[in-house]
Amino acid sequence: MEKKQKTLDNLTIRFAGDSGDGMQLVGTQLSVLSGEYGNDVNTFPDYPAEVRAPEGTLYGVSAYQVHIGSKPITTMGDRIDLMIALNASSLKVNLSNLTENAIIIADINGFDEKNLTLAGYANNPLEDGSLAKYKLVSIDIREELTKALSDLNLMPKDILRSRNIFTLGVVCKLLDRKLDSSFDWLKRKFGQKAKVLEANTRALQCGYDYATNSPEFDTQFIVPPMDKPKGIYRNITGNEAVALGMVTASRLTKMPLFLGSYPITPATEILHFLAGFKKYGVRHLQAEDEIGGICSAIGAALGGNLAVTTTSGPGFSLKIEAMGFAVIAEIPLVIVNVQRAGPSTGIPTKSEQSDLFTAMYGRHGEAPMPILAAQSCADCYDLAIEASRIATKYMTPVILLTDGYLAQGTEPWRLPDIDKLPDLTKYFVTDPEGFQPYKRDEKTLARMFAIPGTPNLEHRIGGLEKQNNGSAVSSDGANHQVMVEIRQKKVDNIANDIPLLEVEGEQKGDILVLGWGSTYGAIKAATDKLRSEGKKVSTAHLRYMNPFPKNLGEILNNFERVLIPETNNGQLSVIIQGKFLKKVHKLNKLMGIPFKAYEIENKVLEMLNQGGK
Amino acid sequence: MKTYQDILNLTPTSAENLTAKDFRSAAEVRWCPGCGNYSIIAQLQKTLAEMNIPKEKIAIVSGIGCSSRFPYYMNNFAYHTIHGRAIPIASGLRLARPDLSVWVVTGDGDCLSIGGNHFIHACRRNMNLNILLFNNEIYSLTKGQQSPTSRVGLKTKSSPLGALDDPFEPTTLATGAGATFVARGTATDPKSLQHLMMEAHKHKGASFLEIYTNCLIFNDNALKDFSDKEIRKETTVWLEHGKPIVFGKDNDKGIMMDGARPKVVPLNTGKYSLNDVLVHNKRDSYMAFLLSNMSYDTTLPRPMGVILDLDNIETYLERTEAQLAKHYDHDADLMTLLAGSESWEVK
Repeated sequence: MEKKQKTLDNLTIRFAGDSGDGMQLVGTQLSVLSGEYGNDVNTFPDYPAEVRAPEGTLYGVSAYQVHIGSKPITTMGDRIDLMIALNASSLKVNLSNLTENAIIIADINGFDEKNLTLAGYANNPLEDGSLAKYKLVSIDIREELTKALSDLNLMPKDILRSRNIFTLGVVCKLLDRKLDSSFDWLKRKFGQKAKVLEANTRALQCGYDYATNSPEFDTQFIVPPMDKPKGIYRNITGNEAVALGMVTASRLTKMPLFLGSYPITPATEILHFLAGFKKYGVRHLQAEDEIGGICSAIGAALGGNLAVTTTSGPGFSLKIEAMGFAVIAEIPLVIVNVQRAGPSTGIPTKSEQSDLFTAMYGRHGEAPMPILAAQSCADCYDLAIEASRIATKYMTPVILLTDGYLAQGTEPWRLPDIDKLPDLTKYFVTDPEGFQPYKRDEKTLARMFAIPGTPNLEHRIGGLEKQNNGSAVSSDGANHQVMVEIRQKKVDNIANDIPLLEVEGEQKGDILVLGWGSTYGAIKAATDKLRSEGKKVSTAHLRYMNPFPKNLGEILNNFERVLIPETNNGQLSVIIQGKFLKKVHKLNKLMGIPFKAYEIENKVLEMLNQGGK
Repeated sequence: MKTYQDILNLTPTSAENLTAKDFRSAAEVRWCPGCGNYSIIAQLQKTLAEMNIPKEKIAIVSGIGCSSRFPYYMNNFAYHTIHGRAIPIASGLRLARPDLSVWVVTGDGDCLSIGGNHFIHACRRNMNLNILLFNNEIYSLTKGQQSPTSRVGLKTKSSPLGALDDPFEPTTLATGAGATFVARGTATDPKSLQHLMMEAHKHKGASFLEIYTNCLIFNDNALKDFSDKEIRKETTVWLEHGKPIVFGKDNDKGIMMDGARPKVVPLNTGKYSLNDVLVHNKRDSYMAFLLSNMSYDTTLPRPMGVILDLDNIETYLERTEAQLAKHYDHDADLMTLLAGSESWEVK
């Protein structure tokens, strides 16, 4: 049937169903094929904390959201334009996020009496007219698949397993996407199981044909490809990006990589990836606890390895004493904290930026550490390398903050040209002449680093205060003051070795939206839109949290009002106000999910309407 | 200035003709006069000199406590770290650097209380470390509190009316946690201690050596019964692999099995002979449980020497190396890794 075509610059699709319905799988594939097609993409998987949540329940809903665009896309999409709902619960929990005229594609098999009861529906929403403001298409997917797969002698429940692939076929037709690459993908995925491959291949075509022939789908949505820089691309999650960044840093520093870690949501995938990278020489220890994780990394660092430990909030708390040791012993170490909603166990699967205070001030004693915060999934790669660079060059532990949103979300990432990455070779001391473990490089203030196996450089270091420039333990107060100040200065001086903060929009003016970490996408989308509408609003985004870029104070002073959106209760706001004595406006969200762009847009509009200070 | 690989390729110093003196640092030793630790450090320095390992290939890691000051007095790569955490730090160092001999110096509080979790897991992983536990049954550096090896009823500053909790028997704990080498010595028996340190060094995997040491300030004579040269002849039994377990001034007593329990029998009355006496087998972990548990029975002598020495049990490090040997490709293309399984090209 001939379709109308409607061209859009972006579209948000959400696959929603029960935990076992394979929503993550088709969501991931849609994001890959959209990337291949030339769209920009941002995704977010949203699945229950329970390993196997009871079937059909509201809390068992698993979803995968894909935001595609013909212009740069920086968020997962504020509202859903096209939703697949495989059961009643998945419809119910996502309904409030639909756009006004959203298309809902529902499988009627997920709306039987049992499913309706589990979702708490008195009446079937597919039939009672309650979805009238949306474009609802109900499909009996079971019937369609049973017809298409009838000669394969599959059990009825096995036929239903291809429901997700059917919906992918439907979506491909609606977006006018060819199926070739998805057929190839199915071959790679199910090549070993001929029958499963055949079933899913037919299911994909079946969905596609259904959408082609169904008069209910009268429109195709064309999101044209955009111009992207040449290169090899892939979709990447923040967690995988951290793992790959560390392996790359290991190559660049010429230090073997060692990971000491302990499983914790949502950081665990970094452990999964690195533990599997034996081909690249990665050594790892899944330690007995979080403390063992960081301490084994410290031991590996003392041995000259590039050492990393990965964790999330509660584990970050447990590692704090050891971080203090790494500060006073002055050893290179990367600590990755994938922030989640706290305190305590909090909401482990939900995202938050609430560990900035802990990263900045959490240790006893004066224990400054460089802190980096990734602004996107792909940025996790760059900052893992940057954290390694700073750690090894300055002989200091470095904290890399990401969060659950970045860790699990994906975006297309253009692979770097490895040969053009900077040489970060770490050199160790070998000459006994003039060696003292706490003698420093004049410029970086990094101490001399000799590792076991170096003849005639045996020495002793530890958690006790040392004599400046020497190696002996010192309890002398005056020396302690000097050492505290040196350690502070060493970290402060890194400001000379990092990029200046850039302002988007006018360089001076009324409102600056200052963000950090994962709020980048929402702030960027909101302020780009406002600027395109002629509104005067500028933005700057921090990736270096300690030390701050040198020009931050100057930038703050160039604006009348500063708005800081954070998914915490105002931690950067407190730090900025304290350090720069600049009053800031706060926008805080503590709902475990990232900002929607419109939330930031509305706040800026409100400030613009209020005017002045 | 050299890269990591350059350091590994450096020509090692000669391990011949090393003496104990080569392992002494210039730092002034600050243990109390008469502390048992003086003897332990002297024995380790002698042992290290005899190991035939280049000095720069030996690393020593300690936690916090009196014993953990040890690294400062050694002329080695030595690390005085965090309370309870010497073992995981040493584990990381050992895994990162298979070329090193790594020694952990820890105390009864450091190892068995705050560091207890790390200790049992290092044992179960058969982590390639030599763990020296200095046991004086007291917290000394914090000036005298009950420790996890203090006996019930011990009056200390933190147990003024007597300690309420039962102590760990460290060798039982180590055996139970899966250690493959378990031994006990005392600072007052230097020759035997050197021997045990050398055995610990030779053993592949986690070597656990408990060393009785006296804190004459806060728990004086706590272990005198097993340490005093004369008394210990009657109260301890020196274990020798493959030999009957006999003790006493004139080797006139032996350990015999009575059902599933050991008991002491006289060997000079004609009723029992050496044939009745249990023969020590350090390769047998069932026997190690039996011997280590003898500490709980006051009618039995305390076993000293090598309780357990299982040879050829795979270590965590060996398994790591085996995986690396199988999978590590020094020339592996990084771009292949970065590209992952689903990538596309924009031309």
